[in-house]
Amino acid sequence: MMDVAFINARLVDPAAKLDAPGALLVRDGRIADAGPRVFNDGKPAGAQIIDCNGQVLAPGLIDMRVFVGEPGAEHRETIESAGLAAAAGGVTTMVLMPATDPVIDEAALVAFMRNQTCAVNVLPMAALTKGRKGEQMTEMVLLSEAGAIGFTDADRTIADARVMRRALSYAATFDLLVAGHCEEPSLSHGASATEGEIATRLGLSGAPALAETIIVERDLRLVELTGARYHFAQVTTQSAIEAIANAKARGLPVTCGVPATHVALNALDIAGYLTFRKLSPPLRTEDDRRACVEALAAGIIDVIVSSHDPQAPDTKRLPYAQAAAGGVGLETLLPITLEMVHAGHLTMQEAIARLTTAPASILGLSDGAGTLSRGAVADLVCFNPDHAFIVDGDKLRSRAKNTPFDGRKTQGRVMHTWVKGKCVHNAEATG
Amino acid sequence: MTGTTPALPLLPGAHLLSVEELGAQHISGLLDLAESYVDLNRQVAKKRDLLRGRTMINLFYESSTRTQSSFELAGKRLGADVMNMSVGQSSVKKGETLIDTAMTLNAMRPDILVIRHADSGAAELLSRKVACSVINAGDGSHEHPSQALLDALTIRRRFGRIEGLTIAICGDILHSRVARSNILLLTKMGAHVRLVAPRTLLPRDIGRLGVEIFNRMEEGLAGADVVMMLRLQLERMTGSFLPSTREFFHLYGLDHKKLALAKPGALVMHPGPMNRGVEIDSAVADDTERSLIQEQVEMGVAVRMAILDALSRQLSNSKGGTP
Repeated sequence: MMDVAFINARLVDPAAKLDAPGALLVRDGRIADAGPRVFNDGKPAGAQIIDCNGQVLAPGLIDMRVFVGEPGAEHRETIESAGLAAAAGGVTTMVLMPATDPVIDEAALVAFMRNQTCAVNVLPMAALTKGRKGEQMTEMVLLSEAGAIGFTDADRTIADARVMRRALSYAATFDLLVAGHCEEPSLSHGASATEGEIATRLGLSGAPALAETIIVERDLRLVELTGARYHFAQVTTQSAIEAIANAKARGLPVTCGVPATHVALNALDIAGYLTFRKLSPPLRTEDDRRACVEALAAGIIDVIVSSHDPQAPDTKRLPYAQAAAGGVGLETLLPITLEMVHAGHLTMQEAIARLTTAPASILGLSDGAGTLSRGAVADLVCFNPDHAFIVDGDKLRSRAKNTPFDGRKTQGRVMHTWVKGKCVHNAEATG
Repeated sequence: MTGTTPALPLLPGAHLLSVEELGAQHISGLLDLAESYVDLNRQVAKKRDLLRGRTMINLFYESSTRTQSSFELAGKRLGADVMNMSVGQSSVKKGETLIDTAMTLNAMRPDILVIRHADSGAAELLSRKVACSVINAGDGSHEHPSQALLDALTIRRRFGRIEGLTIAICGDILHSRVARSNILLLTKMGAHVRLVAPRTLLPRDIGRLGVEIFNRMEEGLAGADVVMMLRLQLERMTGSFLPSTREFFHLYGLDHKKLALAKPGALVMHPGPMNRGVEIDSAVADDTERSLIQEQVEMGVAVRMAILDALSRQLSNSKGGTP
């Protein structure tokens, strides 16, 4: 394989606290060297030269929350089609949710997920309970040996605290990662919005925002009891953030993520019954949205996820209450995150860290994943952070087009994406 | 034949309710006494008349093969009249409470009541209500003292000592009365006791009982002299403690590969009944070089004879049992 030299780049590598002009050399699919002084501003001989034209060159993004329709609903999204969307969005690693049909709760199904053709890296999570029914824990060790990166019931909360306690206790025995969804089911059942003025005006049944806080607080106590490695997959309310901030201050081994949608949109945005903005959890108040942004800046929220959830017309073109929740997001994850950089809430390094080093560390990825360090696998994204554009759902690579950001003016264009030293997306070639 | 009568009493009181109440001197004394019964049991004429005229009732609220028959044989070989109360055919089926049943039996003036019950503390409760001696043959997840004594006898005969041995108790510690009694007994006798189980099957703060805790067989078995497997008590499990018996066997099931992690020649024990292919592989269970499982059963009768012998020394001789 020919060496690839990326020159004239703005290298952003949060792991090295680096945001500076420089170059990067890829040899045999790995980063051979990177830094301001590589090549001494010359061009190396015998290498393919990629001129970044001063654009950002960063570790490829790791998206910790991606739903696909495979197996079971391939008309919405296959692993392969999601991979194309990921590559176009600069995402080089997708953590797949087990909310499929059948549910990923058997070792053979984990192997199936890993073996699908995909342009980017696939890390499947397996279900925490069999069939995601919240009753019987899965064979976590066998699943983990088959390659499951963590355990989650995806968009379902385990209602029974005893089941949750034992699952956490069992996971802790083997140091396995558990990712939890936090909505008290008895409060959120049947709700399609967050309780409040907007839901009231629209006549939609709402769940109180504290449905999230109640489960966050319960699970924090259970983590304290069991010592499990726990990741709150999506934290979207001020009070839940406060609870997690306190727990982190007490030294609990917890981390948390926020979906890009919930730092960019609030409950007002569902006006007009826009089912593409019906999400799980539902959009929150502006105060909650602002709290998410602040918590990202303060490092209380560790990662930003797309919560990419492809839905087809059959599940979205319905009255709001009947429509499925979820929106595609792989291709908007980066520009929506960059909005916080442009608005001055996050530095470029902080923003990239929430999408690279932080998820790599939570997932326990080795081999320099999420960094530009020497020897790391060459998963890279080159993007122009300033390029302005309007999100157009019809132009998405994703098989499903249900973006909550359709028509949004945003900034940040992925120029090219590399996985294991191979170009998997090139904006100039594909337009 | 019964050995020399020790200076100290073999039991601290009129009952055998737990290992907790026994001191090291009681345990040693009982094991010494049991040795003599091992010899007796290997003769053709096994019968003695130490308990002649005495009545012993086996009151088993949980089904049992080896413990009940072992106590029955022990009683008969010592000359007692033994009655088995099978709960399935008794008034218990009609809703009689434990204490009412006990009072009824007590009125029949037995000398010894052997009880097994699904609730922890049942034997102790009974002992406060009846006039005879009570032997705990297993109460809930609390204790099973005769099992711990027979395990100790088996170990002591093989190794010549208990002190200093490293003994790994593996599997379902949470529900196991055998584990609790063995932990207490073996630590009292100076063994290093390790527990190996997933956290879901370890009771809280069990580390306070002076044991070392391991979650992985590889670590827990390293250098062990004895590997004591416990039965996975599926019938006691409410809710999900484990994903499946398949994964349990993968992680904790004792096969020759895992056994190879212990000391060379380490011996295997199991209180029975075994779930083959769940906590123990048949190849290990049936390996006469390594498995002490049959020997444990033999020691069971001898130990129970020693217990009955020891209790009989404290029984009132003035009259047969005072209600």
